[in-house]
Amino acid sequence: MAAVNLLSTRAICKEYGGLKAVQNVDFDLPKGEVRALIGPNGAGKTTFVSMLCGRISVSSGVIEFEGRDVTALPAHKRISLGIAYTFQITSIFNNLTAYENVAIAVQGRLGNATNTLDAQTINALTRVGLESRSDQTAGDLAYGHQRLLEIAMGLGQKPKLLILDEPTQGLSDSEINEFKALIRDISKETTILLIEHNIDVVMSLADRITVLNFGEIIAEGTPDEIHTNAKVQLAYLGG
Amino acid sequence: MEFGPHLMLAMLEGLVQASVLTLTALGLSLVFGVMRVVNVAHGEFFMLGAVLAWWVTSMIGGSAMFGFAIAIIVVPLLVGLLAAIADWLILRRVEYDPERTIVATIGLLYIIQQVTLMTYGPDAHPVPPPFNTRLSLPWFEFGANGFEIYFPWGLSTTSYKLFVIGAAIITCLGLWFIMSRSKLGLILRATQLDSETAQAFGIPVERVYALVFGMGAALAALGAVLVVPIQQAHYLMGADPLLLSFIVVIIGGLGSLRGTVVAAILIGMSDGVISVFFSPTLAKILATLLVVMVLIYRPNGLFGARTT
Amino acid sequence: MNKPLVLHLGLIALLIVLQFVLPVYHHGVLARVLVMATYAMGYNILFGYTGLLSLGHAMFFAAGLYGMGLSVQHLGLSVGPAFLIGILASALLSLAVGLLALRTIGVAFMIVTLMFSQTIFLTILYFNSITRGDEGFVIQQSVRQIGRLDLSDPSTRYFSALALFAIVLLAVLWLVRSPTGRVLIAIRENEPRAKMLGYDTWRYKLAAIVMSGTVAGTAGAAYGVLFGYVGASFAQVPYSIFPLLWVLLGGAGTVMGPLVGTLFMFYLIDLSSAVTDAYMLVVGVVLVLLTMFARNGLMGVVRERWLKWLP
Repeated sequence: MAAVNLLSTRAICKEYGGLKAVQNVDFDLPKGEVRALIGPNGAGKTTFVSMLCGRISVSSGVIEFEGRDVTALPAHKRISLGIAYTFQITSIFNNLTAYENVAIAVQGRLGNATNTLDAQTINALTRVGLESRSDQTAGDLAYGHQRLLEIAMGLGQKPKLLILDEPTQGLSDSEINEFKALIRDISKETTILLIEHNIDVVMSLADRITVLNFGEIIAEGTPDEIHTNAKVQLAYLGG
Repeated sequence: MEFGPHLMLAMLEGLVQASVLTLTALGLSLVFGVMRVVNVAHGEFFMLGAVLAWWVTSMIGGSAMFGFAIAIIVVPLLVGLLAAIADWLILRRVEYDPERTIVATIGLLYIIQQVTLMTYGPDAHPVPPPFNTRLSLPWFEFGANGFEIYFPWGLSTTSYKLFVIGAAIITCLGLWFIMSRSKLGLILRATQLDSETAQAFGIPVERVYALVFGMGAALAALGAVLVVPIQQAHYLMGADPLLLSFIVVIIGGLGSLRGTVVAAILIGMSDGVISVFFSPTLAKILATLLVVMVLIYRPNGLFGARTT
Repeated sequence: MNKPLVLHLGLIALLIVLQFVLPVYHHGVLARVLVMATYAMGYNILFGYTGLLSLGHAMFFAAGLYGMGLSVQHLGLSVGPAFLIGILASALLSLAVGLLALRTIGVAFMIVTLMFSQTIFLTILYFNSITRGDEGFVIQQSVRQIGRLDLSDPSTRYFSALALFAIVLLAVLWLVRSPTGRVLIAIRENEPRAKMLGYDTWRYKLAAIVMSGTVAGTAGAAYGVLFGYVGASFAQVPYSIFPLLWVLLGGAGTVMGPLVGTLFMFYLIDLSSAVTDAYMLVVGVVLVLLTMFARNGLMGVVRERWLKWLP
């Protein structure tokens, strides 16, 4: 039986004036997969993903989440349907503690039934290894820890789909290794869409890879297939 | 007086008010355009212009013409200098943060206003105009004898009022010339477009800001010096010009000098006309509501810069 | 031990005790301070906790004041129902203003609130025949009674003001530590992030405006009932600036800040006006110094340095 698609897009386009940032993208993400989205700078990856989570509107096309048309749904409603998004440039509550950051994320899903808020917040912090820093002000954390905090916030939302926008950017090698282990752990219960430039991370984590260039999908397949794909090599080498 | 001549009189008066308003609003618009901050104390710089004009003309004896001539040069410079100092000491310190600037300029408003109260006092004092010949104006009619020109009683203006209108036009042209043709104008426009890049190119952005803030205040002060022979100088006279300048700048589009001029003429004239035929309060109600609607539905105003 | 609750109950107890300890002159001043501090607490909900700077809150205060006053004057109601109408009026006005003003952000929002407030003030002047315009009108002592309580009696007035203050203080304390309060703070800190955590930030901001405006209006209605005067001056720009000043001074985003700031400024102005007519100079200087050097205000500094748990 074919895998159920958690997320699908049909003919998604985004135009800015005359500039086509994303053109006619058909994209399917089966449930339970770890998908990497790669491509040269300016390929339209962040634009595409921003349309998926509702941060920007589509110029045309359809987005479906769990079989439901969400194209016109505002961002916060899509989040509450089960999508979590971490920003490319770290966006956390700098003046609040790490605990409070994650608590807000957890509360978003729990609403007013907050008796498990504390437990779930601690749980999310522990999974990323930040429980010892939970009382620290988020703005004072080291950059790598701030990135982890964002992931903890994503976890706290217990999402069906976790979208990570360049999560390893600026991390040290050891931090990247810890990150890979974390993602493997998370992928057991969550579908993951990962925008990444770090090819090593991509190759070791992704089930499948989608390659974007100039706003269009130029290739899609397993890591091995992509590795040997001539078009992809051309795109990265230029020309 | 019949309706026609009455309307013309109202429009002429409106034109005088519009001239003063144009200068004042241009000052506010320049500051917002280049520095992206709202100066709530702008009306107080206007008031200072009027009060200092009185002070200068009282101190300098001799003819009204002489005193006024000195005032019109010296006072805007003085007020501009004061504003530049305020920018350097205060606004630079709050890093031109929009919210903090508003709070700081509110504080500045009270400081300037109250110091004036303490020194100049609570009374209004007049300043004699440098010249004031009454000029009767003609009105046309298609009467029983065909096309007629006559001079309705009461339909007149003064040479001074015409001077005010003329001075405003000249200042606007001068400002336009500076902004579009001079090196200073180029520096200002560059700083407005992208202050970080401007700084990278060696433009001393903070000094430019002090200059701009000073210019904005000087323009308001100039408007006040022009209007004070018609109106008297009073320590609370800054409130109305502030409100009206705000309205003009927003409707004209924050950051667009051309829009400011057009809006000032429209609003100055209609405020004058509505105030004459209806009540001033009603005119102001309509104006404030208009601002709200523009901000909500056309946030870029009529000519506003297309920035988000 | 619920430290915040104990602290705030302690504050209320202190204020009760003051009634018996202070000379009579201060009863009147303190009663006024307590009503104005309530106004400031309302303002703080929007400014300190949600991060929206309104420059037009006087309109909400005036809505409460005039809603109450006009009901007594023209509808012949007694102060009890009139007070409730005042609250209702401010709630409706804040809803209407919120719906329109929230279509703008940043500086535009500040200006829109200022302009709306100006419109309300000018409207009060325009309908002179009903509102008595600038002059205002007095609510007779004989009317300001509830049951056998004469609200113009200094002690009764003080305790009424204190009761209002205490209720709002505890309500605000509860709010800021509740899930809703946490969301408002999140919106203040990083609205895009809050949206991307699933929160309909528009709805929360609207709720904040309505809560803030209604508390302000309640203070306005209370002021009219307790001090017997309804006038257009309360709808003017200075009365929009005052709560900003009081909150900034006392500490935006703290529950006790508004009272501290209001108290401080009242006495500071009291002292200054004995010396000069230009006592508003003090307001100007304080505002400039605050925004330049002490953005956290008095209680903000206390929280930062000593009492990290202070709500």
